[in-house]
Amino acid sequence: MELVLFYISSAVALFATVFALTRSNAAHALIYLIVSLLAVAVIFFLLGAPFAAALEIVIYAGAIMVLFVFVIMMLNLGEEGEERERQRMHPAVWIGPALLSAILLVEMIIVLSKMSDQQTGALITAKQVGISLFGPYVLAVEIASMLLLAGLVGAYHVGRRFRLSEPDDQSAVVSGDDKQGGD
Amino acid sequence: MEGVVIPLNHVLIVAALLFVTGLAGLMFRRNVIFILMALEVMLNSAGLAFVAAGTAWAEADGQVIFMLILAVAAAEVSVGLGLVLQIQRRFKTLDMDQARRLHG
Repeated sequence: MELVLFYISSAVALFATVFALTRSNAAHALIYLIVSLLAVAVIFFLLGAPFAAALEIVIYAGAIMVLFVFVIMMLNLGEEGEERERQRMHPAVWIGPALLSAILLVEMIIVLSKMSDQQTGALITAKQVGISLFGPYVLAVEIASMLLLAGLVGAYHVGRRFRLSEPDDQSAVVSGDDKQGGD
Repeated sequence: MEGVVIPLNHVLIVAALLFVTGLAGLMFRRNVIFILMALEVMLNSAGLAFVAAGTAWAEADGQVIFMLILAVAAAEVSVGLGLVLQIQRRFKTLDMDQARRLHG
C-alpha cells in the first residue's frame, strides 16, 4: 500500500519538475517547483526520514522559494518577457540538451538496475540525526555555519545598489537610471 | 511510523530522473531565474539519493549530508538571486546570452 504512495509521489515530483522547468512564466514555474519539493518531502517521510521531510518543507519550500518569490516580484518581468521566453523554447533549442541528458539517464539506469537488492525502510529519528550531527560531524556544522555567513555577506554585497566611485562608470550608471526613468 | 520497504534501486532511479531533468533544464534555459531553479532541482535530487542511502543502511549520516546540502543550497541561492538583481539592473534583461561579461 505505502509502496504505491511512493510511486505516486515520485510521479508527481517528476512531472512537477518537468512542468516547472518548461514554463515561460516564472511565477507559474515556481508553483510547480514547490509542488515538486512537497512531493519529495512525502518521499522522505515514506523512506523513514521524517526530520529530512520537515526540513525539506521548512527550508526548501518555505525559505528558499520565498526568496525566489520576492526576487520575481522585484523584477516585474511582465508580458513581453513571457513572450520572449515562449519564443525561445522551440525544439531546436531543447532537443540537444534533452538527448544528452537522456543518454546519461539511460547509463545511470543500467548501472542502478545491476545493483544488489538493498531495501530502504529503517526509521531514522531526529534524535539520531542530532547526535550524529553534533558528534562526529561537528566540524561540518561549523563549516556550514561559515558558509551561510559568507552567503549572507555575499548576498548583501552583491544585492545592494552600487554607488560607484569611478567617474566613467558613474556617468554610465546615471545615464542608465535616466533611461529607466524615461521609460 | 516505520519506513516503507522500497527497493533502493527505485529511489535512486527517481533521484537520477530528477537530476537529469534539472541538468537538461540547466542546459536549455537561458533565463537566469530558471537556471537557478534547475540548480535547486539538482541539489534536491542529490539530497534524495543521500537520504535514501541513509535509510537503506540505517545510518543517520545520509540526513546529516542532506542538511549540509540544504546549507549549500541556501547560500548559493541567496548569492545567485543577488546576482540576478544586479544583472537585471545593468543589462535590463535576464538572458544569460546577453550578460556573458561580468563587469566588476
